[in-house]
Amino acid sequence: MELIRPDTRFDFIGKKKFTIWVSTIAILLCLGSIFFHGVRYGVDFAGGILIQIKFSKAVNISEVRNALEVMGSKETMVQAFGGENEFLIRVEKTSEDLEGVSKTIQTSLQEQFKDKALEIRRAEVVGPKVGKDLKTKALWAVGLSFLGILIYVAWRFKEVAYGLGGIVALFHDVMVVYGAISIFNIEYSLNVLAVVLTVIGFSINDTIVIFDRVRENIKKMRKENLETIFNISINETLGRTILTSGTVMMVVLILFFFGGPVIHDFTTALIVGLITGTYSTMYIASPVVLFWERHISRRRRR
Amino acid sequence: MRSLKWRFILYAAITVFSILLLLPTLTSQLPQLWNKIVPSEKIHLGLDLQGGMHLILEVEAEKAVESYVERIKNNIKDDLKDKGVPVGRLEREKSNQIILEASGEKEKWEKVLSQRYPMMQELSSSTLDKGIWRVVFVLDSRQADQIKKNAIDQALETIRNRIDQFGVSEPEITLQGTDRILIQLPGVKDPQRAINLIGQTALLEFKLLDEEGNLDEALKGSIPEGDIILYRRVVDPKTGGVRKVPYLLKEKTLMTGEVLKDARVSLDSQFHEPYVALEFDDIGAKLFEQITGANVKKRLAIILDNNVYSDPVIQERIAGGRAQITGRFSTEEAKDLAVVLRAGALPAPVKILEQRTVGPSLGQDSIHKGIISTLISAAIVVLFMIFYYRFAGVIADVALILNIVLTLATLALFRATLTLPGIAGLVLSVGMAVDANILIHERIKEELRWGKTPRAAIDQGYHRAFVTIIDSNLTTLIAGVLLYQFGTGPVRGFAVTLCIGILANIFTAVYITRWIFDFITLKVGVKKLSI
Repeated sequence: MELIRPDTRFDFIGKKKFTIWVSTIAILLCLGSIFFHGVRYGVDFAGGILIQIKFSKAVNISEVRNALEVMGSKETMVQAFGGENEFLIRVEKTSEDLEGVSKTIQTSLQEQFKDKALEIRRAEVVGPKVGKDLKTKALWAVGLSFLGILIYVAWRFKEVAYGLGGIVALFHDVMVVYGAISIFNIEYSLNVLAVVLTVIGFSINDTIVIFDRVRENIKKMRKENLETIFNISINETLGRTILTSGTVMMVVLILFFFGGPVIHDFTTALIVGLITGTYSTMYIASPVVLFWERHISRRRRR
Repeated sequence: MRSLKWRFILYAAITVFSILLLLPTLTSQLPQLWNKIVPSEKIHLGLDLQGGMHLILEVEAEKAVESYVERIKNNIKDDLKDKGVPVGRLEREKSNQIILEASGEKEKWEKVLSQRYPMMQELSSSTLDKGIWRVVFVLDSRQADQIKKNAIDQALETIRNRIDQFGVSEPEITLQGTDRILIQLPGVKDPQRAINLIGQTALLEFKLLDEEGNLDEALKGSIPEGDIILYRRVVDPKTGGVRKVPYLLKEKTLMTGEVLKDARVSLDSQFHEPYVALEFDDIGAKLFEQITGANVKKRLAIILDNNVYSDPVIQERIAGGRAQITGRFSTEEAKDLAVVLRAGALPAPVKILEQRTVGPSLGQDSIHKGIISTLISAAIVVLFMIFYYRFAGVIADVALILNIVLTLATLALFRATLTLPGIAGLVLSVGMAVDANILIHERIKEELRWGKTPRAAIDQGYHRAFVTIIDSNLTTLIAGVLLYQFGTGPVRGFAVTLCIGILANIFTAVYITRWIFDFITLKVGVKKLSI
């Protein structure tokens, strides 16, 4: 079975001028949203309290709100979660005694909804210090893994340009995913961080596959210029790109529709990440290599 | 090319071993004999999947230094009193300094102090007027560090003891960084009770009541020298309101919980109220006998974490080393108090930095939904591969399934914990496994198109795709290793399954599938590839 005919020659790189604008606008949109709208940090990173409750019967959300207001905690936010009988309660205000607040909320809710068989399904109390620590540690880990990727790829392809192209594409993808997190108002939790890591893995994998074909074709086609070689390489691997991205996308879409509310945010970010991860190989990583080879690397050699 | 047979034996052995490793996770009905031969570790599920409580505590080790210096200060006070040195002011400042203002021959008492308390170094000394010296001592920093380290070690040990006695299966209690303790308690049903049990300092003290001092005056601010005020919490059984009753006590602690040998719950025969019976060790018994003997008809307060529990009148000298704590406990409270006292006091208070509780039903839900969506997506991927690649798709499917089996088996072998982010790592590695198979198959197809024979196409296809697979997998592996090395908790969980998955992937996608291709072309003699 053939998905893509072997003599397919789409002019991917030729669309560069157009896609540069697409990328620029997307990045500006994402940065704008990140700066002006911000990323909604979850309890994991911001610190605070998160309590997930479930009633045996349907309960109106305003009842839960009232119940919390009666006991004087006005800083709380209540949000329906999944069905009609499940709710998330958040307290973002970082007062000194979070433990105490969490305890009071739990006990008084249980008191007030005695007849509805309230179940506390999850209760998280995170001190602000822990969240901050987690943020810096995660940032360091990701930064260092980028550096590792840069060094390895530059060494394997014997050109800084390829390492750079891969990393710039990764930055692009991470920015777009964070932009999507901000635009869709997804709560940035530990699980969403895992998604960002997954996107990084997927994107660099995709980039390497095409770079590898370019490296092979450079040896075979000494006469051709680099731009043509990139184009041929992308076309030659197009079948696998569509198959792989398509298969993974299929799986993620299934998770998106059937995975339930817990992983809904998770999969939304992943879908965006898959699209940008595939796109960035052709329209970020490749142009960066071409630009570097044409304007920076050659001038240095002369 | 090594022989097909030997490769088959090696691969089959690895596969069988992995399946053996996984069996304990899949079924609990294995014969006894089994556990003796094969490692019987199940895959540990993280608390987000299993339900339970996750706590991060910070040991306030500075407080241990503080109480150490406080004790030295009290000893210095007694020593100087014995020597007849007129002391004007003697106070602890910050956590590690003592300020002393005294008159008299400085050389003489200075020598005594430096001999008895070599760990206190003189920071500064100056004369105030009329021969009064003002000396500031500071605790040696190495000594202070040692005290802190001991406090953290001891806190870890104590918490471990308490949890052991509380009875949680497979608890995990580890030191994180320098002063944080990570506690994971799977399947805990009453988190609040567990927190009380773990976080309670449980410092038990015996102090005398100051019956001559005037409590009312003291409450207004003029506390007699050497006295302190502590409170007793009285809970009204009808309204649930808490009343605090003040007590004027001698500051000096006569005895602490360190000399405890045992603590048990007993039932009062008269009121049927539970109380905690204490039993002292030999030293404690003697000390208790001395204290009670010297203070007959006085009141002795029993204090736990600065709360007065009771203040019985000492009727007579008490030999035998027994005492009791009463105070309107529920049976559960009394039981927990006994546990905490048996395990010993924490050397320094702990602060809860992070607490997460996942109810067992939520964990179940996550697993249930996770399994269903994983099965659906796995089925779709498997069917798609067969649909698109025909027989070669079956080979790819074998590799994919084996990849998951190997990864999970390795997790079981190394007792790694599977969490939600870990599943994300697994999904990524499976995605890369799919990609590796697609890369190989597309490459073989390309070679076939150029008119090569199946054998040559397979050789070339694997040869070319191998470079790509190694490059992309190694790049991701490097990222994974760095994430593991420098990340914490969830990032690590992700990195572990990703790294294992990638290694399994290189093995299954490249070597196992190659063997199958070789086998069908060399042994079975297939002339036309179904790909």
